[in-house]
Amino acid sequence: MNQTKSYIAQKVEEMKPSGIRRFFDLASGMEGVISLGVGEPDFVTSWSAREAAILSLEQGYTSYTANPGLLELREEIANYMNKRFTVSYKPSSEIIVTVGASQAIDIALRAILNPGEEVIVVEPCFVSYAPLVTLAGGNPIPVQSLKENDFKIQPEQLENLINKNTKAIMICSPNNPTGSTLSKEELSAIISVAEQHDLLIISDEIYAELCYDEEYTSTAAIEGAWERTILISGFSKGFAMTGWRLGFVCAPEDLIQAMLKIHQYSLMCAPTMAQYAGLEALRSGENDVVEMRKSYRRRRNFIVQSLNDMGLTCHLPGGAFYAFPDITATKMSSEQFAEKLLKEAKVAVVPGSVFGESGEGHVRCSYATSLEQLQEAMKRIKLFVEKYS
Amino acid sequence: MKLTSKEIEIAEILEKNARISDEDIAKMIEEDLEETKKMITKLEELNIVVRYTSIVDWSKVEGHEGVTAMIDVKVTPKRGVGFDDVAQRIYRFKEVKSLYLMSGAYDLSVVIEGKSMNEVARFVSEKLSTLDSVISTTTHFILKQYKHDGTIFEPTDTDKRIVVSP
Repeated sequence: MNQTKSYIAQKVEEMKPSGIRRFFDLASGMEGVISLGVGEPDFVTSWSAREAAILSLEQGYTSYTANPGLLELREEIANYMNKRFTVSYKPSSEIIVTVGASQAIDIALRAILNPGEEVIVVEPCFVSYAPLVTLAGGNPIPVQSLKENDFKIQPEQLENLINKNTKAIMICSPNNPTGSTLSKEELSAIISVAEQHDLLIISDEIYAELCYDEEYTSTAAIEGAWERTILISGFSKGFAMTGWRLGFVCAPEDLIQAMLKIHQYSLMCAPTMAQYAGLEALRSGENDVVEMRKSYRRRRNFIVQSLNDMGLTCHLPGGAFYAFPDITATKMSSEQFAEKLLKEAKVAVVPGSVFGESGEGHVRCSYATSLEQLQEAMKRIKLFVEKYS
Repeated sequence: MKLTSKEIEIAEILEKNARISDEDIAKMIEEDLEETKKMITKLEELNIVVRYTSIVDWSKVEGHEGVTAMIDVKVTPKRGVGFDDVAQRIYRFKEVKSLYLMSGAYDLSVVIEGKSMNEVARFVSEKLSTLDSVISTTTHFILKQYKHDGTIFEPTDTDKRIVVSP
């Protein structure tokens, strides 16, 4: 075959592969590695949710559900969001059950973006935001939340980037990878900017259940925000259900109906058995969530204090399950640090640079692993740091 | 006894792992070491943290002999002291590992450990059923221990996650 042109679309060709991939390859082949590189809970989905999925299979619920998901599940989600975060959405028209929060982000972006429109993406952040904006035909405009602000974005930083093409601001609190959690006041300030310029807010609230010091404030619960917020959440983190791929998106009806068009043409519906598991998780999972939160909180305190004690300064993250220590004392780049640490001390962490420019100089340490493993990892990192600083 | 939230947290941590160091507990509860030590001592003195112990799977130890039985006991409570008096008479035997007052079809649940079925049988017939207040006993021997105090003896749940993920 005489291939003269590339078959790959240009925007995909130009897309960099995720920096996480390289570390996955490096770490996968090694024995005896303690991984602090995992972006998912170390809990297994509760037995009651797993059992509900098994039961649904036994009873033969193996066909499609309605496009936006089982009505029962949407009702339960509406109920949960209202009770837990005081935001109200109509199950019939303002909620779609998605294949993970990732798909929710994808359809949200595709539903709102015309070619060339811009989305301000607050970095460091989850690796898929900017690529998904690009795939949806928009331009991602990164803005860096800074260490000196505990990785919280300042409203004036947003102001500087807004122009006539700006369509939305994308935020994630509690944040992956920094764990930073925005207070009600800090969120309000961001919303004022959005209101002033008539922008949408895409709020990734997947870590909302994992908030340790203050009550969580949902973006949509803030006055004036509901109309312009696309709220994204799911079952992966709070209910330890990553592999089920079950998320949801809540927004005003016109936005949801637009997303629903994309959802129905590209996916039909989220997997049925996962929806039944999710339903059970919402109905009976509250105690499990409380227990998980308690356990994460203790581990957070342990790891943050340990890192600070060894000279890797680290702010106390308000949520999620990541610590984001500063490693510049070792005079290594975050990539070098992570690679050397893996090879010499057999601890896997993720270099902060893969999450955005301002992540450089930091590494992401997930504390979603047993306390025993964390204790051992901290010993190894301490020896490593002593050697190199 | 009213405890502070940090004291409760210490009790919860120790209940899961009694061998954890004071330093690590201090980090976990965001408290300095001296304060933490004081709180642990207080819990011990108040007999809230009663004893530090391990869960041992003796079934793995070759040559280890032992049987455990749970005995449902019906008793006549005594005026003025209720069940406490007969309970005390029962729990003083060193063979009795646990004793609970129950709601339902019987009154006391007694857990006995012995070297053999015979030894347990002898205890029941000679010591337990001869007590004045005891009306009847039903003995159940434990055949296999799957889970004890929240711990699964042969855990099959290994970490199935991929090593690095976003």
